[in-house]
Amino acid sequence: MRIVVPVKQVPDLVEELELNSEGSDIDREFVKFVANEWDEQALEEALLIKEAVGAQVSVVAFDEPDVDQTLYTALARGADDAVKLTGAGDGWLSTAERARLLAQWLSGQSYDMVITGVQASDDLDGQLAGTLGGLLGVPHASVVVGVEPGSGSVTVTQELAGGTVVTTEIATPCVVGMQTARQAPRYAPISRIRQAMSAGGLESVEAPGEATGPAEGVELLRLYPPEKAGRAEMISGDAPAVAERIVEILASKGLVKL
Amino acid sequence: MGNDVVVVVEHDGGVISDTTFELLGKGRELADAWGGRLVAALFGEPELAGELGAADVVRFAAGAELGGYCPEAWEALLLNVVESVDARLVLIGTSTVGMDLGSSLAARWHAAPLSYVVALRADGDELLATSQIYAGKLLADLRVTAPRVVVTHIGGLLPSDAGRKAGSPALEEIDPAVLGSLKSAFKERRVPDGGGVDITAAPMLVSVGRGIAGQDNLELAQEVADALGVPLSASRPVIDQGWLPKPHQVGKSGKKVKPKAYLAFGISGAPEHLEGMRNSELIIACNTDPSAPIFDVAHYGTTVDLFDLLPELAERLGD
Amino acid sequence: MPVGGRKQPPVATELEAATVTSSLSGREWELPGMWNRMFESRVLSGYTTSELARISSLPGGESIEWCYGCGKCVPVCPVDLVGEYGPRKLHRKAQTGVNLLADADLWMCTTCGNCLRVCPKEVDMIQIMPAAREAAVTDGVMPAELQDVFEKTFRQGNCLGENPRRRHAWTKGAGVPVRVLASDPRPVDVLFYVEDYWSYHPRGQQAAQAFARIADALGVDWAILGAEEKTLGDSQRMAGEKGLFESLMEDVVATLGKYAFNRIVTPDPHGFNALRKVYPTYGHNFDVLHYTQLLAPLIDRAKWAGSVEAKVTFHDPCYLGRHNGEYDAPRRLLASIPGVEVVEMSRCKENGYCCGGGGGGMWLDGFNSDRVTERLSERRVKEAADTGADILAVCCPYEVSRFEDAAKSTGNEHLKVLDIVELIDAAMFPR
Repeated sequence: MRIVVPVKQVPDLVEELELNSEGSDIDREFVKFVANEWDEQALEEALLIKEAVGAQVSVVAFDEPDVDQTLYTALARGADDAVKLTGAGDGWLSTAERARLLAQWLSGQSYDMVITGVQASDDLDGQLAGTLGGLLGVPHASVVVGVEPGSGSVTVTQELAGGTVVTTEIATPCVVGMQTARQAPRYAPISRIRQAMSAGGLESVEAPGEATGPAEGVELLRLYPPEKAGRAEMISGDAPAVAERIVEILASKGLVKL
Repeated sequence: MGNDVVVVVEHDGGVISDTTFELLGKGRELADAWGGRLVAALFGEPELAGELGAADVVRFAAGAELGGYCPEAWEALLLNVVESVDARLVLIGTSTVGMDLGSSLAARWHAAPLSYVVALRADGDELLATSQIYAGKLLADLRVTAPRVVVTHIGGLLPSDAGRKAGSPALEEIDPAVLGSLKSAFKERRVPDGGGVDITAAPMLVSVGRGIAGQDNLELAQEVADALGVPLSASRPVIDQGWLPKPHQVGKSGKKVKPKAYLAFGISGAPEHLEGMRNSELIIACNTDPSAPIFDVAHYGTTVDLFDLLPELAERLGD
Repeated sequence: MPVGGRKQPPVATELEAATVTSSLSGREWELPGMWNRMFESRVLSGYTTSELARISSLPGGESIEWCYGCGKCVPVCPVDLVGEYGPRKLHRKAQTGVNLLADADLWMCTTCGNCLRVCPKEVDMIQIMPAAREAAVTDGVMPAELQDVFEKTFRQGNCLGENPRRRHAWTKGAGVPVRVLASDPRPVDVLFYVEDYWSYHPRGQQAAQAFARIADALGVDWAILGAEEKTLGDSQRMAGEKGLFESLMEDVVATLGKYAFNRIVTPDPHGFNALRKVYPTYGHNFDVLHYTQLLAPLIDRAKWAGSVEAKVTFHDPCYLGRHNGEYDAPRRLLASIPGVEVVEMSRCKENGYCCGGGGGGMWLDGFNSDRVTERLSERRVKEAADTGADILAVCCPYEVSRFEDAAKSTGNEHLKVLDIVELIDAAMFPR
């Protein structure tokens, strides 16, 4: 079995995001990029499957800032190989572009499963797992919290609002958008990452095409921070009114039923 | 280019989600602006169609194989719906269904996907949207001229009343042949039990601090916790007083928690406490001091007295 | 004991009986376990030696085998005073077949070094702990809090996961100009290595600002690295991430190589320890001082515009005192401040009690909370309060937040916790 795990770099949200002078994008020179946290869950689940039933785990990423460190970390954690797709363009790749290029690259690969993060903080145009599933025309599932491999199929558990979970058996090949792996992403000792780096196991491959820019028909007018960031919205009124509002808020998140 | 608006009806356990009604209300507004129809797409549980009075048309499919939710089946049905009506816009909540179907439908229907939308309105023939990205650190204003759009909209931001009105939409069943060659099989739906003593595993926490003022008062908070079926947790002063055992402590020297909702009563928010809970998905804080630091990390806050608020909450959440 | 804390009852792990072989006759004797320690050389056939060997076979773990069980280390172990711990107890656990690498006890040692001070066999927990922990970390076994700190340190170059670009944000509130080498790379006498807590923690930043005003007034020629600074990572090393320490060291040495300076001064005894003792073993030699050592010879130049009328007790940082032998410089500084009356705690200097922050303990209060009756910092604050002091003076960046928190939780809010530079600052520049 071969599991392909696409990973990406996202801005570290620990930092304040600065905008570029045109206000059309974040200042990519300024921010620090880190591995998308949900991709780490995806890799962990893939490695758990590998340990349970045996699999080749291949990590793939585009050439993005600090992506080498992420790929070497993946190798140190137990991925079998890591591919860096180069030449897809200098700028940020939208989810649609990313999915299109990955779908092309995957068409030349044999794989049973693609497991990737359920989302990324900069997904402005959909999530990778669904988009890729749609493009490849294979079954897919998102917000997955468990993958049990079978023969010719996998059983995925998806989390719905309020903690309800549904379990579905889907045929392979398939695409999974991972929310939470069955255990926390394992630690890669720094010495092992450094070993992987000095062994230099990254495979650089020309991307199967170039980014063609943002999708037609959607124009970004403005990017800006929300006004009331970092401060609670104060609920006014007396205790019964406040209680009423709190129950509404919880209900709107699917946490209680009205 | 079509002018119909399709809303995907999300339901679980025979109950339609609030977000669905919010989107029906928004879809009604947009369909009216464009002179199109509002189409509700209802998969599984056809008897729920009676609640979809805001729509002009309910396209539905019945069948146990749809389960609570089966991604491949829903996708095939939704693709059939958008292709068989004159659709321009599809609205789905930013949920498991939205993340699954929003993206794949956009890919297969050649539509422009918009994620994490928090505001949407028609501007003449165009659509203006605001999306929340970078975990809410930035907002993006978008002008959409694409002829086909799939929007996943964050729930809880719109009034749901407009979507709840009565009406008699046309009921149209989708040809079951659409589900002819599924490669997926729904297996089961499970509702988890309410949580245990491990506060790090609890989906929600009711947490008390120094403001609770005495061990006897814990009962007030316990009632709210019981009504929610979740454990009680506390900040350090409460633990130090021995009012609750150590495993219930949240904070630097206690447990780090990340529940879906953290309800803080009488907690001022020392840095050591904030470190243990600030990553909770939703934080609602009650403290009589309006400048308490807990309000810097809380999403919602109130300065009413917790002794007034707790019984009111228990009453509303009970039974 | 005058203050707080209670021992946890020991857990008996001895077998009820053991076989002892006479070295003279070769005869084997079945003896109840309580008699075992009466015999100098003995063979305990009921136990496996493999767990002890697991530790002693690690580079750095050898000395655990030298232990002859005298137990002198236990009463001086700060963790045992609030729990059930101590090197001899760990040794005993390993002897009875417990895998220490998988045991929660592995993470309780603060590497304070008080056991080594009294050990007749020089069983060296300062070597054993990082070695054993490194083995556990390599297997992916460690408290989640610690993993979080390791990952933050690797990603951001500081244990708090803060933005590296904001390392010198504190300089804005100093009230005096602070030179950053990246923008002004001229040679400098003192390269001030600020380290994490003085860079980012609000209370640490106040101390850093106080230091800046004092250094400026005393005419020190100094500068900082600013955004180029990364933590020296000594506590991460002691907590088992030697690879991380080495990775940081490569970056630090490369950065330091860009600038000309005479000596490095740091407020962090852990960083001080790394530069003074560990860097040379990798061939990197720098003149390094703790900030108290820089200021003590200069303090006569200070012009005191005010005073601090208070009774002050001083907590020796383990990594300045026991690890590096400096007990005098902080006390000279305190004695120079007009109005200050210094009172010593019963445990001080060589026998100073640990704040609980060393060896990774800074990040493990939550993990260890179930196995101690109170935090070490809480016990220490009670000892400080017991002297009747108004102020607990410290000179390690870990301690201010630990002791302030502990003062609150033990009902000793009246005891103020201040860094020595904050006291000097208050007396030189009264507000």
